[in-house]
Amino acid sequence: MSESPYSIMKLDADYFKVFGLSRSFALDTTTLERDFHRLSRLLHPDRFARASVREQEWSLAATARLNDAYRTLRDPIQRTEYLLKLEGLQIGEEHAGRGKAADRQPPPDLLEEVFELNMQLEEMRMNQKMGESDPSLQADLTAARSRFESLLAAVDSDLAARGAEWDSGDTATREKSANVMAALLDRRRYLRNLVRGVNEVLAV
Amino acid sequence: MSEERASDRIVGIDLGTTNSLVAYMEGSQPVVIPGVDGSNLVPSIVALDPVDLAAEHPRTTVTVGNSARRALIETPDRVVYSVKRLMGRGLEDVQEELKLFPFRLANDIEPGEVLRIHLGDKTFTPSEISAYILRQLKRNAERYFGAPVTKAVITVPAYFNDAQRQATRDAGRMAGLDVLRLVNEPTAAALAYGLDRANEGTIAVYDLGGGTFDISILKLNDGIFEVIATNGDTHLGGDDIDNLLLAVALDEILNDHGIDLRPHADAIQALRKAVIEAKITLSSESVAKLDIELPGGLRYQREVPRDVYDQLIQPILTRTAGPCKQALADAGVTPAQIEEVVLVGGSTRIPAVRALVDQLFELAARGKKPHTELNPDEVVALGAAVQASILAGSSTTEELLLLDVTPLSLGIEALGGVVAKIIQRNSTIPASATEHFTTGVDGQTNVAIHVLQGERELAADCRSLARFDLKGIPPMTAGLPRIEVKFLIDANGILQVTAREQRSGTESQIEVKPTYGLTDEQVESMILDSFDHAESDFEARQVIEARLEADTILAAVEKAPASPAWQQISDHEKSVIETARKQLIAIQVSGDLQAIRAATTALDHATRNFAEKMMEAAVSGAMRGKTMQAASDELTPATEIEAPHPFAPAEFK
Repeated sequence: MSESPYSIMKLDADYFKVFGLSRSFALDTTTLERDFHRLSRLLHPDRFARASVREQEWSLAATARLNDAYRTLRDPIQRTEYLLKLEGLQIGEEHAGRGKAADRQPPPDLLEEVFELNMQLEEMRMNQKMGESDPSLQADLTAARSRFESLLAAVDSDLAARGAEWDSGDTATREKSANVMAALLDRRRYLRNLVRGVNEVLAV
Repeated sequence: MSEERASDRIVGIDLGTTNSLVAYMEGSQPVVIPGVDGSNLVPSIVALDPVDLAAEHPRTTVTVGNSARRALIETPDRVVYSVKRLMGRGLEDVQEELKLFPFRLANDIEPGEVLRIHLGDKTFTPSEISAYILRQLKRNAERYFGAPVTKAVITVPAYFNDAQRQATRDAGRMAGLDVLRLVNEPTAAALAYGLDRANEGTIAVYDLGGGTFDISILKLNDGIFEVIATNGDTHLGGDDIDNLLLAVALDEILNDHGIDLRPHADAIQALRKAVIEAKITLSSESVAKLDIELPGGLRYQREVPRDVYDQLIQPILTRTAGPCKQALADAGVTPAQIEEVVLVGGSTRIPAVRALVDQLFELAARGKKPHTELNPDEVVALGAAVQASILAGSSTTEELLLLDVTPLSLGIEALGGVVAKIIQRNSTIPASATEHFTTGVDGQTNVAIHVLQGERELAADCRSLARFDLKGIPPMTAGLPRIEVKFLIDANGILQVTAREQRSGTESQIEVKPTYGLTDEQVESMILDSFDHAESDFEARQVIEARLEADTILAAVEKAPASPAWQQISDHEKSVIETARKQLIAIQVSGDLQAIRAATTALDHATRNFAEKMMEAAVSGAMRGKTMQAASDELTPATEIEAPHPFAPAEFK
């Protein structure tokens, strides 16, 4: 190993640069893991236990940066959020608290379905409180859950497609697909909270 | 071993709830360093010695380990065990513990303050008690090496929170140890196992100790031990089984005989000892017998069959299933994807525990068995020694690297008492997060941040880690300051917080003051007898210990002629022993460390053949239907030492 640990890690580099990558939504996670292990061997505080205090502090900061970068990039959703933020877009929970966030409002095309689901959830909670069981309601909720799960999967594949579009597109294309992805992320968060809510009720 | 190497020496310490151990990497193998009594395990029991008022400068001395055991029954108000349960905890956290353990807390502790425990008329923090245990281990290692030991790796339960970790590190410092790393116990165990096997694939470590439970899922890849997920319960272990059995026995005694033993600390300790023995018996036998003398000539006699016992403890064991399932889910693996399961901790000797693990990880169904090759009491310390060797940069471990995770999410309290998570659980450490804060009032110079650890949504349901006060913000219009706060969890799993104000342009110094645990000054004032550091004092102590060692062997040799084995050795041997004995007596009074050690070793060598003969006699005694223990008791009454020398001498230079 001839790499000097000091030259390979700039503490203010973005997460892609930490791995020597350019910004892109598509990423080979097997290579990422291999590089993560290689860099860990060079940077980890365990390798600096006998070094000066200054070097130890540097190793700690560099390894934290490496770990933060790996954690973010290996997960496709976190990677997408991070890259969109780098591109200057406001993402989800960032603007929570400043008025009603986009991911708290049902997407217009799902309005009716969500209304129906909320009624069923309410009824189910009442039943549970009274100690009653309604097998047909249970079946309806289970069906609704799979329906929303499949919508979630559709969002994920849309995100991947738009990401590929961004990766190979020109500036105008990039701007357009980035905005679509930001909206898709809001939709995704909404659906995920919905599924979580159904799961909680069904788990009782 | 050169002097320079000696100062680099790092030991690995398992500071356990029930037992503590110190280990060291000898060549390419980790080994446990035994104590003066020859035992690898130092029971985590600390007793305050009676103060010698006649002494010129009466001072606090304590007894640690096996020797402190007697005090449990003789002076229960001056002894403490299982103190690990109190580490890093506040009064509000320990109410359940107080019902089950005879901890006598000081009665003026404020909520949020570090606990203090009464031993006799003095009080000690849990870190101080742990420091006494650590100092004993340090001494055992120094005795073994014949040189000072100042650097250590100490293990903690993976599920320990920030405060519990800090308390452990403070204890190390009080004991005069530079704690180079805190390592999670299950991860250490994986290191001990992974050392000499082809390591690829996903493994689980199930660690059920005396007071804590951990489950960790790791991915092994070409020397990298990467923890994927961890979970656990820092208040679940063999102690809980002991308490349950004790409660059952106390109830039965009350019902059968109308005697309430609960107010009698000494009787409770005796009963506890008996139920622990029964528990251990039930790991290998199908029935255990309890037979205890009660006041008034009555007896409590009870047979506990294995199936009754299994049923009784099932609710305790089942509590380990939830964390296992959560860890698997967090790791994104199914039980069938776990290639190997490693069992750690004394409680994994219980057959019902093994059955549960088998079922949770579908082992028998896949033709697999859990790994139990390494002694479950020692494996964590052995792994700590491996990690110590990694930190020392030793060539035998240069390919190994441990990547651990933080067990609990870190969050800050936001508006409305909800928790905003900033670092998720199971994030590889070191890990960091940056947040921005501002002021709400014109000219405000302080901002308070409430940091929490835990998985729940509401701040009230999480463990409050600290309230940090950011001080020295330049006065500005409300909302204008932009204070960047960096949260960093280091490789020990301990949080560091730094802050700076960005808007004012001046790099203003923001003071970050945590409001929990011990301050540096407090830790400083609790550092145990400073002579642990000084080289000259170290020499003096070595001489005292060498003399004690000489006393031990001389006492054993004195009793030798009474042993039947004495008749089996030649007159020549007898005279060699006699010469060596006189030599040692003469030299012992000198202050010459090397000479005392040499004479001790000489006497040990001279008596080696005799010691073997005596051991043979003990074994044949056992074959005539006596136990080995009984046989050796008969041979050497009033002492537990079977051979003249309790423990092979270390290499002294």
